[in-house]
Amino acid sequence: MILYEMIDYSVLKMIWWLLLGVLLIAFAVMDGFDMGVGAMLPFVAETDIERRVVINTIGPTWEGNQVWFILGGGAIFAAWPPLYAISFSGFYLAMFVVLAAMILRPVSFKYRSKRPDPSWRNSWDWALFTGSFVPALVFGVAVGNVLLGVPFSLDNDLRMTYEGSFFGLFSPFSLLCGVLSVAMLVTHGSVWLVMRTNGDIAKRARRFGTVAAGLSIALFALGGYLIASGYVEGFRITSEIDPNMAANPLAKQAITEGGAWMANYTVHPILWLAPGLGFLGLFGTLVLLQTRLEMPIFLFSKLAVFGIISTVGVSMFPFILPSSIQPGASLTVWDASSSHRTLFNMLVVTLIFLPIILVYTAWVYKVLWGKVDEETIERDNHTAY
Amino acid sequence: MELNVVDLSRLQFAMTALYHFLFVPLTIGLSILLATMETVYVMTGREVWKRMVKFWGTLFGINFVLGVATGLTMEFQFGMNWAYFSQYVGDVFGAPLAIEGLMAFFLEATFVGLFFFGWDRLSRRQHLAATWAVAIGTNLSALWILIANGWMQHPIGAAFNPETMRMEVNSFYDVLFNPVAQAKFVHTVSAGYVTASMFVLGISAWYMLKGRHIPIAKRSMAIASAFGFASALSVVVLGDESGYEANLNQKMKLATIEAMWDTEPAPASFNVVAWADMEKRENVFAIEVPYVMGLIATRSLDTVIPGIKDLVSRTEDRIRQGAIAWDALQKIRKDPANVSADVRETFLQNENSLGYAYLLLPFTDNPMEATTEQVDAAAWSTVPEVMPMFYAFRIMVACGFFFILITAIFFYYSSSGKLDILSEKRRWLLHVAVWSIPLPWIACEMGWFVAEYGRQPWIIESMLPTSVGVSNLSVTEVLMTLAGFVALYSTLLVIEIMLMFKYIKIGPEDGVNPDAARPAFRQPAPTAASVPAE
Repeated sequence: MILYEMIDYSVLKMIWWLLLGVLLIAFAVMDGFDMGVGAMLPFVAETDIERRVVINTIGPTWEGNQVWFILGGGAIFAAWPPLYAISFSGFYLAMFVVLAAMILRPVSFKYRSKRPDPSWRNSWDWALFTGSFVPALVFGVAVGNVLLGVPFSLDNDLRMTYEGSFFGLFSPFSLLCGVLSVAMLVTHGSVWLVMRTNGDIAKRARRFGTVAAGLSIALFALGGYLIASGYVEGFRITSEIDPNMAANPLAKQAITEGGAWMANYTVHPILWLAPGLGFLGLFGTLVLLQTRLEMPIFLFSKLAVFGIISTVGVSMFPFILPSSIQPGASLTVWDASSSHRTLFNMLVVTLIFLPIILVYTAWVYKVLWGKVDEETIERDNHTAY
Repeated sequence: MELNVVDLSRLQFAMTALYHFLFVPLTIGLSILLATMETVYVMTGREVWKRMVKFWGTLFGINFVLGVATGLTMEFQFGMNWAYFSQYVGDVFGAPLAIEGLMAFFLEATFVGLFFFGWDRLSRRQHLAATWAVAIGTNLSALWILIANGWMQHPIGAAFNPETMRMEVNSFYDVLFNPVAQAKFVHTVSAGYVTASMFVLGISAWYMLKGRHIPIAKRSMAIASAFGFASALSVVVLGDESGYEANLNQKMKLATIEAMWDTEPAPASFNVVAWADMEKRENVFAIEVPYVMGLIATRSLDTVIPGIKDLVSRTEDRIRQGAIAWDALQKIRKDPANVSADVRETFLQNENSLGYAYLLLPFTDNPMEATTEQVDAAAWSTVPEVMPMFYAFRIMVACGFFFILITAIFFYYSSSGKLDILSEKRRWLLHVAVWSIPLPWIACEMGWFVAEYGRQPWIIESMLPTSVGVSNLSVTEVLMTLAGFVALYSTLLVIEIMLMFKYIKIGPEDGVNPDAARPAFRQPAPTAASVPAE
């Protein structure tokens, strides 16, 4: 018997859908606080030494965190090739903007401290802001567009044509998602600063976090309302679909329908846990930011990220990338994955390496843990950013 | 010339990849050198080695971040500009990229933070482990990328599936242990080692010329020349292995490298200098060395190497065969449930030439009805421009032999303890080392040019032409991103080089060296360590 057939193709697809979620959430949790911190940098810290404190809370670890983004790209390519092909070529200019902004990040961290000149440092601060704020916004806008359906069609050779434009990406609903994404990551980043800094910076971070958490609650609720009320239409498969089928997105039919993104909650009420945890996380963060607690708030802000992203996933299941102009060509869990063998091989590799990554990442965080303040910066002047 | 999406996308990929590879080889090689120096530090406990690690580490860091930054683009632009390629081979090609992230890039990126920030937080051994983790991660990263690239050059372990319109893996083992990928991996990392060695050697030579930082310069030179000599030998030997593999599966690449239009009786001669005329399909002139080519490429006296014209006529046959497969595929796609067994059988028989039918698509919509002229034109489209291939290859090879020579000379002087003679009597050798610093980069870029331009028009050798793999984008869109990347990368490159010069001029911390030949010159510039303090 062939090894990969030990696990059903449909089960593997399901596992890879979950892993896709795990990767996106891990990216948002790990790189998310870096982005939130970066997006706050010019505001939460005023003097050069304050900015250096803020930058050095993430300085030694942001690089590893960013690998979650790269791994996300690689894993989507390996496990969901049509998703990789259609989303990145469809959102072409938006992807360029994200990449250009993210390219500024490594350079800002490393080069900022290489010259004492204030205008040099100030330029890199704004580069770091751009590299954090812009991707956070565009990721949210992209998720909004995925919920709305993306204007792509597939011909019989599975060649994709995209009918949208760059500015077409910015609709009211997608902008709402974009701002929610920024607010969520700023919340998360502010909690990080509360844990890792003292004094004025921590105080300002609590204020920023409070506003951002409040805004996130409002936008998450409003987004949910727009979907539940049918203002944002969902998608539904109308033909038979065999979960074990070969990956051919053209073998089914689907339609657009108001309220379709709520259907999963009716069938499986337990799924209400996802938005529930999102709200719990946000409220918890909001309340605890007013207390003297530090570490426990981080659990809640992580929970918020987990809940909000999971809500998108479970609302759309089994859709991954719906097409607004040819709903039948939408990508779903059942018809957009890699082959049975590749999904199995990649699962084995992931099961081996993901735990190892988690262990050494945790160890590195442990080594580098501790408050960063002006004193530590001056003491480690040789090495600090 | 009219701008089109295919050429612009190729230009963008070439541009972003060549820029990326300005930073990667130094990262690959210098990480190993750093780990080696730190190992000596931990074993001997002598502070001078730690200062070396910190100094070269500073330069490593300036270079490393741009490798990371430009690497981001590489991970995503297959989907952005090469959507059909991504859909067509993602089942095979995506896996090595994902594994690179899991196995290599996480390791490298997580521990690089400890390398820079962990000196006071870790024990010596722990820090050494972190440095080795960076070096191993970096090199493993190259392994997986070259497995992916090697598969594009020699696509084994996969088959086309008409139902999903893509290539799917049938042997993961074959993809991993692809001989082309393995040869390329060792060739490429060795090139990185040579790059870093020449970099360290050149800068150390500059310090010796200036009479600065002598203890560090000498030690760096000893390590770099030994490591560089071994690596330069490896790069040439494995380059030869790549040439041998190319003869097995990329005969056209080899024929254009040699500007070999006609098949010669074995063993073929080697053209040292030549000028080819693409229109007339012949060399205007050539200086030949008999037998050498046949020996290198086939390692035998009697195996014939086919010339360009013979390869083109073989391609014509495969195009016709491919058209039959293409036609059968259209019927299968139209009505998969009711297609006759005969059609499926026809497809299976001609399947391995399917990619060749796509070569006709620029000339006709229906490959089955292609005229003789169209088939001829499509077949000749498989010949890359000969002269760029010919000379890029020769520049790379000449550099390779030069690296062996110069590292051998420095290795001789350092291993016999005669480095002082260099700064006293043979200063010209030190000058040569300084001015050689750019050469490894030139060699690396030429190498990639030969490897990638030489397999055009294929994005996947014999399976998928580049022109078919492209995304449905507009010329304007690609022009915008191309201009954006060029502007962004060039700016960052200029900043990077400025910072490199600045920190090289500042130089390492000298400390108190009992074995310093003489006190270092007075230095008006601040030390590396004091700068961020300001």
